[in-house]
Amino acid sequence: MSFAHYACGSKEHGINRRRFLQRTCSTAVAGTAVVGGLGSLTAGKAAEQLKSQDMRVVVFNMHGGLSQLESWDPKPGTRTGGPCRSIPTSVPGIHISDLLPNTAKQMHHLCLLRGVNTAEDDHGKGAYMMLTGRRQSAAADYPQIGAVSAKMLNDESKGLPGHIVVAPSGGGGRGNESAYLGPKYSSVALSGSTPPPHTLKPDGISDQAEVRRHEMRRRINQEFLNRKRTAITDAYTHSYEQALRLMERRDVFDISKEPAADLDRYGKHDFGRQCLMARRLVENGVSFVQVTHSNYDTHNDNFNFHIEQLGEFDQGFSTFVNDIAERGMLDKTLIVVLSEFGRTPNINLYYGRDHWSKAWSIVMAGGKVARGAVYGATNAEGTEVTDGQVDHGALFHTYLQAVGVDSNQSIAVDGRELPIADPSVQPVWKVLT
Amino acid sequence: MSTPVDITKTHVVHQWKYDAPLIACRFAPDGLQVAASSEDNTVQLWKVPGGEKQVLKGHDSWVHALCYTQDGQQLVSGGCDGRLIWWSAKAESPAEIRRIDAHAGWIRAIAVSPDGSTLASVGNDKLVKLWNVATGELLGQMEGHERHIYSVLFHPDGSKLISGDLLGKIHVWSVAERKLERTIDATPLYEPNKGQAAEYGGVRTLALSLSRGELIAGGTHKATNPFGAVHEPLLLRFGWEDGVLRKTHVCDGVPGGMLWRAQWLEDGTAIGVSGGSTGGILLFFNDTQEKDIHRTMLPSLARDMDVHLGSNSVATIHYDTHLRVSVLNA
Repeated sequence: MSFAHYACGSKEHGINRRRFLQRTCSTAVAGTAVVGGLGSLTAGKAAEQLKSQDMRVVVFNMHGGLSQLESWDPKPGTRTGGPCRSIPTSVPGIHISDLLPNTAKQMHHLCLLRGVNTAEDDHGKGAYMMLTGRRQSAAADYPQIGAVSAKMLNDESKGLPGHIVVAPSGGGGRGNESAYLGPKYSSVALSGSTPPPHTLKPDGISDQAEVRRHEMRRRINQEFLNRKRTAITDAYTHSYEQALRLMERRDVFDISKEPAADLDRYGKHDFGRQCLMARRLVENGVSFVQVTHSNYDTHNDNFNFHIEQLGEFDQGFSTFVNDIAERGMLDKTLIVVLSEFGRTPNINLYYGRDHWSKAWSIVMAGGKVARGAVYGATNAEGTEVTDGQVDHGALFHTYLQAVGVDSNQSIAVDGRELPIADPSVQPVWKVLT
Repeated sequence: MSTPVDITKTHVVHQWKYDAPLIACRFAPDGLQVAASSEDNTVQLWKVPGGEKQVLKGHDSWVHALCYTQDGQQLVSGGCDGRLIWWSAKAESPAEIRRIDAHAGWIRAIAVSPDGSTLASVGNDKLVKLWNVATGELLGQMEGHERHIYSVLFHPDGSKLISGDLLGKIHVWSVAERKLERTIDATPLYEPNKGQAAEYGGVRTLALSLSRGELIAGGTHKATNPFGAVHEPLLLRFGWEDGVLRKTHVCDGVPGGMLWRAQWLEDGTAIGVSGGSTGGILLFFNDTQEKDIHRTMLPSLARDMDVHLGSNSVATIHYDTHLRVSVLNA
């Protein structure tokens, strides 16, 4: 490993000392004290070994707040149940909503967590908590699961970004999703079914000229870096090199290379294409892919919108799970279906459901996650968790443990050890094998 | 003989409370009973004017579609369980007569032919199905809608069937030939919202007046925030023979509304019920004005209505669990 020559003199971090102090040191002050003696996950053989295991994470982000009652925890025939019914799945005794008939056939691969209580009904704050495992505060910012996965799992020698967000409107790389890990681990955005824009070499530039252009860029960069090097300059350099590698492997992002029959199986809609893209990306070694399915914020006409949305989801998601399992990748691929929160058991006057974070559900599959299982329960009308309550912090730990990352360890940043996940909570060990 | 209609005097004369929010309602042909459905999966039969009720259990889901047979002796209900159930509505102890698993997914609307022999049903499986009312036998089905079908009605002579869908397409079918004859464009009722990645609207209601030679289709428009119930009621008036849009009826000051149902009164006035964040409103339209000519606020958000022409009464059902009967005069 080559040592970087940062202006501050440190050798392994994603941010300079001042920014690190600005963003994160106050974490301990804010109450999440750093436990002493933690080992660093990013150093040494353990980290290299982890990256060599080719573990992957795919998150399906049900934007707006998926209704647990129309998906993973139906309550048919009750005051809160609504018109949707429950159906048996491939696992005897486990029922899910009739809006997910194809997913029901994949239940033997899935683990439902029905006791999620995140106590946060705001879209932005809920999404932050579910993706970072921490509550948002002015005092600190934390990296999202995609950035952490990219740092922990991605083998950069493969020349592909480690953190990809697939959504019809793009959206990756925004905000501070990599926090103190630095912009190197921010997401690359894909619109769905086509390679990233501007990744073709212009026709007017010959191959030889292209080589000379990059040689010149590297030489000028190096001259500058010899005088002043920071995490930011490194991130710029990394971005250029990543873009270059991305151009070389542009085909990875082109789902037209997949068989036409697969396009049919996944569905000829945006989400189907995005699921097929996710399969193609993880098969090619991308460590983290987030597929966003929008929109579930159904204060009005909840049931019609869920029929519409989950019809797409059911086809694409079930096909994805089936393919990952059939191709022998499930042991190495963690799949998570999450939202920023669930929806109210109460049905409002517009046939809608509102925001509800007290008792809702997520789904995990693959990696070390138990299969064909349900953990946690809600009461008869779905208004409260009655068993197996978990929160965003425990879930974040669990995602990492499921792909072999010791979530109780730390990440070395600027010579300091930062807990990778909230040290005040523990993984949901019972869903891990 | 009933008192003449004076829509400006419309007012509630009865209200009866149930145990759960109500979804749909229909008057029996004699006007002495109203069938309603509710969020507890039941159907209720309410006596008018006494308000005594009988509760019918048989569906595993909500019921959006209700229709009496022509003689008024039986009620047919169509549920989100895809099931059609015939009930002996006028029996002393009403009971289930027949049940059929009719559609894959929700049944949205049903209608009985003018001669009383045929029942039409439509639903989320995009099929229009025809049934023998007396036996429950499937007589045929018609394909042609690309999305969920929300509304259906027979032409008064029984030769045509008219159905409307989410995309704002109104299909006119030949009943004898089971064939699509023509399509009327009601796309102003279709409200795709790219920002919210949602499709909304649709032809929620249809009514045909042969004396006027006009078809009305209702629903919503201006769905700037469909997830937040921001959309306004809209009624379209078409020439029946030519399918040409003659008038677009809008409702100022109703920023949250959906026209759940529209019907004709005998004098050619169209009546509709709107429910949404603006409340429950009976709206009245004529052929000279684009805007509603009168509106009557209801005590709570309404979700469906049915007019009984013989008594000039309107039954409405509400989220606040009440069935209300209004009269269209003083």
